[in-house]
Amino acid sequence: MFHLDWLNDRFLIAMIAIIHVLINHGIAVGFVPYITWLEQKGVKNSKPNEITNLQWDGVAEKMMKVAFIITTTVGAMTGVGIWFSAALVSPASIGSLIRVFYWAWFTEWTIFVTEVVLIMVYYLTWKNSNRSLQAKLKHIRFGWYLSVFSWFTMAIIVAILGFMMDPGNWNTQHSFINGFTNPIYLPQLLFRTPTAMIVAGTFAYFLVFIFTKKGSDLRTKTISTTAKWVLFWTPLSILGAIYYYKAMPAAMRDNMSTAVGTIEFQQYYNLLKYIILGATASVFLIALFGVIKPSKVKWYMVVIPTIMAFSFLGIFERVREFIRKPYVIGGYMYSNLLRKEDYPLFQRDGILKYATYNSTPEITESNKIEAGKNVFMLSCSRCHTTQGINSITYVFERMYGSFNKPLDESAMAAYIPNMHNGRTFMPPFPGNQKEAEALAAYIKFLQQSHETLDGAQTSGVVINPLNNMDAAIQQKLATHTNDSIKTAQK
Amino acid sequence: MNILFVHFLQVNTPVPRDIPIPLPLPEWLLVVLLVFSFLLHIVFVNLMLGGSIVTLWAEIKGLKNKFYDTLAYEVARTITVNKSLAVVLGVAPLLSINALYTIYFYSANALTGIMWILIIPLVAIAFLLTYLHKYTWHSMERFKILHIGIIALSVLLFLFIPLIFLVNINLMLFPEKWSSIHGFISALFLPNVFPRYFHFLFASLAVTGLFLFWYVGRKNYPFETIFPNNYTRYDVKKIAYSLTLGASVAQFLIGPIVLISLPSKGFGWGLLSIILLGASLALIAMWWIWKALSGPKEAINKRFGGIVVLMTITVLFMGSGRHVYRANALNPHRELMAIKTAEFEKLSANARLNVNKDEASQSSDNALSPVEKGAALFKTNCSICHQKDTKLVGPPITEMVSIYKNNISGLEQWIKAPGKKRPDYPQMPTLSQLSDADRENLAKYILSVQ
Repeated sequence: MFHLDWLNDRFLIAMIAIIHVLINHGIAVGFVPYITWLEQKGVKNSKPNEITNLQWDGVAEKMMKVAFIITTTVGAMTGVGIWFSAALVSPASIGSLIRVFYWAWFTEWTIFVTEVVLIMVYYLTWKNSNRSLQAKLKHIRFGWYLSVFSWFTMAIIVAILGFMMDPGNWNTQHSFINGFTNPIYLPQLLFRTPTAMIVAGTFAYFLVFIFTKKGSDLRTKTISTTAKWVLFWTPLSILGAIYYYKAMPAAMRDNMSTAVGTIEFQQYYNLLKYIILGATASVFLIALFGVIKPSKVKWYMVVIPTIMAFSFLGIFERVREFIRKPYVIGGYMYSNLLRKEDYPLFQRDGILKYATYNSTPEITESNKIEAGKNVFMLSCSRCHTTQGINSITYVFERMYGSFNKPLDESAMAAYIPNMHNGRTFMPPFPGNQKEAEALAAYIKFLQQSHETLDGAQTSGVVINPLNNMDAAIQQKLATHTNDSIKTAQK
Repeated sequence: MNILFVHFLQVNTPVPRDIPIPLPLPEWLLVVLLVFSFLLHIVFVNLMLGGSIVTLWAEIKGLKNKFYDTLAYEVARTITVNKSLAVVLGVAPLLSINALYTIYFYSANALTGIMWILIIPLVAIAFLLTYLHKYTWHSMERFKILHIGIIALSVLLFLFIPLIFLVNINLMLFPEKWSSIHGFISALFLPNVFPRYFHFLFASLAVTGLFLFWYVGRKNYPFETIFPNNYTRYDVKKIAYSLTLGASVAQFLIGPIVLISLPSKGFGWGLLSIILLGASLALIAMWWIWKALSGPKEAINKRFGGIVVLMTITVLFMGSGRHVYRANALNPHRELMAIKTAEFEKLSANARLNVNKDEASQSSDNALSPVEKGAALFKTNCSICHQKDTKLVGPPITEMVSIYKNNISGLEQWIKAPGKKRPDYPQMPTLSQLSDADRENLAKYILSVQ
């Protein structure tokens, strides 16, 4: 298994995904309609003898250039990066999802291709379109098409995410329609749409400061226009956020406070509401100021609302992502990538026996630590590291309040099989008692030795002799014999 | 000796379990989608890589001759468009290979993990460099060497990135090698990686040549206003064709090495005939290119359509051959994996059945008193943190009794919605799996403890 022992595997996906969402929402979904609106305003506000207000149009074009470059480089690559990182960190879940959602993603891809082609056509034909009014109007129409397309891409992706958050549906019906009809879908869309517009607007403030001259009339006008844009979307975003928050299923909301951080954060959960309120309020106030006194707005004033708007979106992503726990696919697969339905087998025979890569199929007194390490890799390493972020030693030390004392091996061995009762965001321990003991021994060893754990990308793999080709051939022969016995009996 | 070797292979070849969910489409359809979408993707990758190499070469030559400088700029402008298409078109084959060869692909990814994920930032950086190069063309006129450095850097990145993909696509074919791989570098030196890489590299140059030929030959391409006066379309077309021809000749040298270096397990007569047929079509196209190059200036456009069609068919053949090899190489292993997966599913279903039986027999114990029920609940839900009279994670039972002695509803309320009371204890989590009746029994049990 691939494993990043310091950074934490989950972090890798989260990092890439958040960058992608910010770019996708802020610089594509929200930004393109904003730019098209600006472009349209340029034509409307031009003198009768011009096609458009060229100064104004130039600023819009430059802003679009920045968006164009960012979306087609970092934006596109982080989108692919989500697949890449998920394949590394969470292969079983992404593999299962792809087998079910192949068509959904395929459709999404065709829309995505169209979107990229449109974005290129839109930006690369901008300068040429300034030659005639007809071409300009066509170009603006193009901008609106592009806006609709970007929004569609988001709407489909949200359906897929919404499906994954809806527990139970996976087991009853493997159908994509569930993604659209599940209770979380509409609230998410209604939250994301206006929030994307706000993020785009706050990002645009900065570009305005870069591309217009200080004290110029142009700057004042673009600032006040941008502020109007943000002002228009903020109330909708607040409503969307409230709707979204309320629509989260009750069982998931129970987990929500842990989703925002760790157990200690439970009491801070109420604070989150104020943070959200603070974010939208600061965005709103600066926008209001921008409309009333656009010439007084300085670049540093928009720093706070920009950070706020970005983190506002980011915090909801984090909550949505973490709220799935203890599952990665609701009701079907736990976040350790083991299927719920395989638990009885694992808990009876142990998880080590069935692992493809494992140096200790049989636990003995002499290989206990090694076996514990293998158990850790198989059942804990997707979320925990040994010494890094969210490390297993830290969580136990914190729980027992024993930062300077050695951890109690037998208490941990007793705790691990039952921990999901107290910590509902944790999946149940998949292994048997012997494996829990080995794991406890390994955790204590980790605490004492400060050893780290390498993933397959550096240390390679050791094949479990029970799962090599030899064993598979025996199995094949056995099924053949069974089959021939059955036919003979008939 | 031979038996020993076979046994060694068997021991060192893992047979993982597949994901026990059926394929989303019939396998043949997924294969068709994979092959076609991959070829479409790779053509734009070819243009991106080949284009940037041509740009670098022409810009260096352009230091002395303005014509080449113009040519470099014209090709540079196409790279950023082609690269965007290369990325978006890559998603479909990625999805298809994920669905079809799930375990094989992911295993290779994991074994070369760090390099695999580095693709993302490396490609993003290379893309940003191509934009920087394109948009500073005029403003960096006076710093030409530095400007050439930008495209040189992105060429280096573009040259390296396909190697990572190739290492993965190659490694996934050989489960018997997986246990001997320790990171990217060791997978890089599997014997057939570099021949395949050069095969791809020259294909990029050949495709780029044909693209360039078409690009400058378009009717609405204002060649005369862009290029210096004394040059014509013919000059560029000649360069383009020479590139394609030269690269194709090189393919005929590298192709056989690729074939020889491939492990024999995926070979068959079918594969060989597909490849030879593809190669012979390419030979005809190459002959036509040679005729066009050595013939009169006016006749250079003759047969361009035919050449493109033949080369396209060659690419289709090679792409299919590539898949046939993959299928041949992996099918025996896939068969074993399927048996393994089915066997595991059976075992798992049996284990599930037994647990259900156990649970059924347990829940028939309805005769238990509330305190006994509470004791059982305490054991599974609370005992990991609370002991009778010593502090473990939370306070001992004796302390609870002293607090809630005459206040059973207060205790129930606390279990329902625990808060944080003591600064030196962690907060108790909410036990949302308990019902009101459970809490009542639990509280009765706790207060019954002496």
